[in-house]
Amino acid sequence: MSLRGRAFIAGAFEHPLRTIPDKTVAQVHAEVAGGALADAGLTFADVDGYFCAGDAPGFGPLSMAEYMGISPTHIDSTETGGSSYIVHVQHAAEAIAAGHCKVALITLAGLPRSSGAGIAGAGRFGNSPEVHFENHFGMSIVAGYAMAARRHMHEFGTTSEQLAEIKVAASTHAQHNPNAFLRDVVTIEEVLASRMVADPLHRLAGCVVPAGGGALVVVAPEIAKSLQRHCIPVLGTGTGVKHVDNGRIDLTHTAAVQSGPRAFAEAGVSPADIDYASIYDSFTITVLVALEDLGFCAKGEGGRFVADGALQAPFGRLPFNTDGGGLCNNHPSNRGGITQVIEAVRQLRGEAHSAVQVPDCEIALAHGTGGNLATRMGSSTLILGRSL
Amino acid sequence: MTAPFLPLADVETTVENRPFWDALRNGRLDLPYCAPCSAFVWYPRAICPACHSGNDIMWRTLPGTGRVYSYSVVAKGSGRWKESGPYVVAYVQLDSGLVGVDGPRVLTNIVGDQPQQEVKVDAAVRMIIDSDVKNDAKLGDVVRNLLRFTLV
Ligand SMILES: [Zn+2]
Repeated sequence: MSLRGRAFIAGAFEHPLRTIPDKTVAQVHAEVAGGALADAGLTFADVDGYFCAGDAPGFGPLSMAEYMGISPTHIDSTETGGSSYIVHVQHAAEAIAAGHCKVALITLAGLPRSSGAGIAGAGRFGNSPEVHFENHFGMSIVAGYAMAARRHMHEFGTTSEQLAEIKVAASTHAQHNPNAFLRDVVTIEEVLASRMVADPLHRLAGCVVPAGGGALVVVAPEIAKSLQRHCIPVLGTGTGVKHVDNGRIDLTHTAAVQSGPRAFAEAGVSPADIDYASIYDSFTITVLVALEDLGFCAKGEGGRFVADGALQAPFGRLPFNTDGGGLCNNHPSNRGGITQVIEAVRQLRGEAHSAVQVPDCEIALAHGTGGNLATRMGSSTLILGRSL
Repeated sequence: MTAPFLPLADVETTVENRPFWDALRNGRLDLPYCAPCSAFVWYPRAICPACHSGNDIMWRTLPGTGRVYSYSVVAKGSGRWKESGPYVVAYVQLDSGLVGVDGPRVLTNIVGDQPQQEVKVDAAVRMIIDSDVKNDAKLGDVVRNLLRFTLV
């Protein structure tokens, strides 16, 4: 069953703050939920589907349904790290198409030091079967991504300067986002001069981790028709899983090689049709590899593809992350995903900042990479349209 | 016993991976091998992820040599590793010791006396069993081992 046109994003809301004192994680989930519902012109009473991931406290959807006073007929707590919320849009569209719910709410919230508190938090990994073969070597998250970057450089000649272009583009966009955590435009030289955290990745090659949150409301076509708000149709969805593969891990690709083609096929479009792309940017290398895997360029050509401001809005070859992305704007609880979808919705509604609004933006892509590039990951690709 | 190169860890062995840790204690690198699939199983476990059978899994000793598949020099560790750094995290592609069979790529550290800038992709390495003795209130002195590598 194709999901094309079977569900619409009616509400999208990003918490405006990056420091949220004196609030709990549950409270921020509820606040962003209220924001997205208000954006759609709906209320908590309309919600019959609820989706959250490992950042939700307690028993996840059960705890949060109680906190928010909702009684959903459909719940889902799929956990794939930062790509979870893009998977949730796919699952919400599936549930709506199956008639299991009509108004699906998706929430993400994080406060510093809150990550790992919930259903799939850090404690969960203690009994993973691989834990004693991976966790005792000081492999920080950034070291894993650094090894992916190193191998890409070795096989394809990718350079640190090319990776830095990605941060430069994100920072160029973030200057226009008054809520962005980092608003200063940086140069390639400044990225390369920043502290080396895990060779070859510098401090400015990684994302920010502020407090924050976001929410989406996905609705059935008949609900979308009844609302005043510009609702964004889901055109295509795809999920992929990649892992160590019995010791044969290839660090130069991600599970986007699976999720991308599935989403493009369902939408009936190709990479050349994409006017705007939100690409998960936990690190600069995450973007570069995803661009190749999604088919925006050939494998190994990512470094050349991102050069010369290609990712810069509004007139680059592929304007990306016009909110500043995870590299500059927001990445609460070590997770993006939902912010990728929110900015794609803004672009398709024509509500991005005027300095970065892509003219005639008709088809947008939001792509998430969760987990770790160096071990196991869930990738999710979502293609959205201005109209059906 | 000399001090370990980098922090060691309390390892909880399971019925699935105990032969790996027993071999390491005896100076060997042993991995499960599925004969019908002609493939090593990584990480060590009781069921081959290719044929989903555990019946034909046997443990084989590998030569303990390999090549760097990728690596990163980490400036400074965190948590238990906060006193460590710079140190090298790497994937090492193990030599299988069998013709026509690839060894797995394993996460590890490159340690030893050679300068870290000599670590390169494809550099030849050999295993070091990094060890210490930890005094446990209940168990007494416990020898702890991890599989690490050094440049050849
Ligand atoms: Zn087998």
